[in-house]
Amino acid sequence: MATPTTDGKPSHDVHGGLPIPRRAANRPVPSAELLRGWYRELVLIREFEIRCMQAYQDKKIGGFCHVYIGQEAVAVGCVAALKPQDPLVTAYRDHGHALARGMTARACMAEMFGRVDGCAKGKGGSMHMFDREHNLFGGHGIVGAQTPLGAGLAFATKYEDEVINNGKSSRVTLCFLGDGALNQGAFHEALNLAGLMNLPVIFVVENNGYSMGTSIHRGTTQSHDLSSKALGYGIDSAVIDGMNLLEVYHGMKDVVEKCRRESRPAFVDMRCYRYKGHSMSDPRKYRTRDEEELWEQGDPIGIFEKFILDQGAITHDQIKALQKEVKAEVRDAVDFADNSPVPPMSDLYHDVYREPWGRYTGTSEPRMYGGAVNPPTFRATREGDGLI
Amino acid sequence: MSATQELEFRDAIRDAMSEEMRRDKRVMLMGEEVAEYNGAYKVSRGMLDEFGPRRIIDTPISESGFAGMAIGAAMLGLRPVVEFMSWSFSLVAADPILNNAPKMLFMSGGQFGCPIVFRGNDGAGGQLGSTHSWSVEGLFSNVPGIKIVIPSTPADAKGLMKTAIRDDDPVFFLESERLLGMKGEVPVGEDVLVKFGQACVRREGTDCTIASWGRPVHFCMEAAEALAKEGISCEVLDLRTIRPLDIGAIERSVRKTSNLVIVDQSWSFGSPGSEVAAQIHQRCFDDLDNHVHRVHTEDVPAPYAFNLEQEYLPNTRKICEAVRSATYNA
Ligand SMILES: Cc1ncc(C[n+]2csc(CCOP(=O)(O)OP(=O)(O)O)c2C)c(N)n1
Ligand SMILES: [Mg+2]
Repeated sequence: MATPTTDGKPSHDVHGGLPIPRRAANRPVPSAELLRGWYRELVLIREFEIRCMQAYQDKKIGGFCHVYIGQEAVAVGCVAALKPQDPLVTAYRDHGHALARGMTARACMAEMFGRVDGCAKGKGGSMHMFDREHNLFGGHGIVGAQTPLGAGLAFATKYEDEVINNGKSSRVTLCFLGDGALNQGAFHEALNLAGLMNLPVIFVVENNGYSMGTSIHRGTTQSHDLSSKALGYGIDSAVIDGMNLLEVYHGMKDVVEKCRRESRPAFVDMRCYRYKGHSMSDPRKYRTRDEEELWEQGDPIGIFEKFILDQGAITHDQIKALQKEVKAEVRDAVDFADNSPVPPMSDLYHDVYREPWGRYTGTSEPRMYGGAVNPPTFRATREGDGLI
Repeated sequence: MSATQELEFRDAIRDAMSEEMRRDKRVMLMGEEVAEYNGAYKVSRGMLDEFGPRRIIDTPISESGFAGMAIGAAMLGLRPVVEFMSWSFSLVAADPILNNAPKMLFMSGGQFGCPIVFRGNDGAGGQLGSTHSWSVEGLFSNVPGIKIVIPSTPADAKGLMKTAIRDDDPVFFLESERLLGMKGEVPVGEDVLVKFGQACVRREGTDCTIASWGRPVHFCMEAAEALAKEGISCEVLDLRTIRPLDIGAIERSVRKTSNLVIVDQSWSFGSPGSEVAAQIHQRCFDDLDNHVHRVHTEDVPAPYAFNLEQEYLPNTRKICEAVRSATYNA
C-alpha cells in the first residue's frame, strides 16, 4: 500500500493510510498578502529550528530538543484557520506552534537558552512553551498530557460563553498531539469526554508516522484509518495532507467552522513527516535514507514556494529578500538569547505559588543549605506581619 | 575475592537482566523502545538479538496499559521487568504501580504475589524541566508493599538488579541517567547478588556521618574529600535501598560520629530523608551532638535553566555547608 505524496508520487509506506482527499484545488486562492505572510512563517520556523540545532550542538541549549522541520505547514496552516482568541495546546515539539501563534523568535529562543527573557523566564525550556497573550496553553512534555487539557479548555470557553455570558459558544480549541499519543489512556478518556459533553475541541494528530523509533503500525492499531478511533467516541474526522499548506488551511477551515458552528469535537489525521531525528540524539536507524529522500521531495516549503510563485503572489527577488530578512531575524534572536541574563537565583522560589502568604521560602527544613535564597523562614507568614 | 570486569553502569544492568533471563524463562522485558531501538538510553542493547521479540517486547506509549498488563502477568507467575523510559512517565501509570502491584499480596490474603521489577531513569540533572525531572523515591517510599532500590555504582546496579528480579515482591529500581555512562569494576559471576537492606560504607570517618543513596552519593564522596582537607572526617554511607532501609547501619555510624547529614535528591517534605531523620532522632537522641541535618532538592518544581537547576539539586557545596553546620564548624 502506497501513500500518495502531495505531488502524486508514491512514497514509502510510512502511514499505511487511506488516500488523502484534496480540497484546495476548487477553493478561492487567499490574497497574495496572506500567502506571503504564511510563506514567511514557514521559512521562519525552518530557520529557527536550524539555528536551534546549531545552538544545541554548541551547548547553548540543554535538555531535550525536538525540532519541527518538515511539519511547518501543519502549525502555520492550522493557526491560519483559527481566530486569535481560540485556545491552542500542544505537545513538546512546540517551537513551530509558538512561532506560528505569534510568539517572537526572541522570546522563544531565550527560553531555549534558559534565560530570563524567555517566554517562561527560562524555567520551562524547549518542551514547555507557554504564551498567555497568544492563547498558547503550553507545550507539554508528557505524551498525551495535553489531550484532557484540550478538552478542558474547550469546556471553559463554552462555559464562559454560554453559562457566564448567556451567549453562544464562539471559540474552538485546537489540541495537537503526536501519533504516539494515540496510545495513551488520557487521549481516549479525553475523546470520550469531549464527545459526551459536546466540547468544541479539535484533536489534530500530527501523524508523522513515528513515535521515536516506533513506526505507527508497530504501535497503533487501525493505523491505516485513524478515523476509526474517533468513530468509537462519536466524533467526526478528517484526513488532511500536512505537507501542503493550502490543504492544511482549507481542510482545517472546514473542520474549524463546523466545530464552531455545532460546538462539537472533531478529530484530524494530519499526515506529515519529521525530517530530523526524534530529538537531538537520534541516529534514525529505524528508517531508510531512501524514505527520507522521498519525503524531502515533498518539502512543504518547496511546495508552497512553487505555488505562490506560480500564482504570481511573490517574485524570486522578493523570496530572496524575505529569506535574508528571516535569517537576520533569527540571528538577532540568537544574539538576544545569548545576551539575555541567566535567571537570578531568587527566581527558583518564584511562581511556586501565587504567594498568598508572602514570598514562598521553602518547607519545614530548619535551614536549607542552598543560598539559592536567603535563609528561609518556616512559618507561613502573611505579608506585613513582620515575621519574615 | 572473585574476579571483576570493568563495565558501564548501563551494561551492568543489562548483564544482570540477561543473566537472569538465561536462568529463568519466566523473566521477560517490556517497555517503550526496549527492543528494536535497544532502549532509549541503550540499557537493553543487544537483548533483542539474544532473546527475540517474544521476550524483549516493544510497547506503545501506554504506560498505564503495559504496567497493568505486566502486573497481571506477574500474578499468573511470570517475572516481568518493565522499563519506564523515565520514572517521570510512570506517573500516568500510578494506579497499576501504586494501587495494584503493592497491594495484591495483602488484599488477596497472600494468594497472589507480584514478582515484578519496574525500572528506569530517575532524578533531575539533565535540564529536562519540571515534567521530566522527578525523583520518585520521595513519593513512592510512602507506599508499603514496594521495595525501592537506588544503586550508585555499576557493581551495585548489577547485584541489586539480580536480587530484584529474583525477589518475589514488586521492586522499583531507580537508575540515574547521569550515571549510566559511569564505568566501574563489577564482580563476574551468575550468582553475585547484593542483598536488599544492607548499606555500604563508602568511606570511613569519625566526625560526621553522611547518609545518601543513588547519584548524590558521589557528591557526598567529593564533599568528604574536601572536608578532610579542613580536618573534618566524614563517614559516607550508601544505603542502596530505601525500602528496606538499613537504619541499623546509620545508627551504628551515628553512635560513632555523633552527627548526621542526610543527602536526598527528592523534595524534603515527607521524604526518605525526613523518615531517616525522624528515626535517627528517636534511636540516637542521646548520641547526637546536633540535630540531624538534611540536604534535599529545593522545594520547587525542577527549573529548566542550567544555573537554576544546578542550584536546585543537592550538590557538593551544599553538603559541605551542612556538614560544617552540623559539626559546629560553620
Ligand atoms: C507518558 C510519556 N511516556 C514516554 C515519553 C517519552 N517520549 C517523549 S516523545 C515520545 C514519542 C512520541 O511520539 P509522537 O507522539 O508520535 O510525537 P512526535 O515525536 O512524533 O512529534 C516518547 C516515547 C513521554 N514524554 N511521556
Ligand atoms: Mg509521531
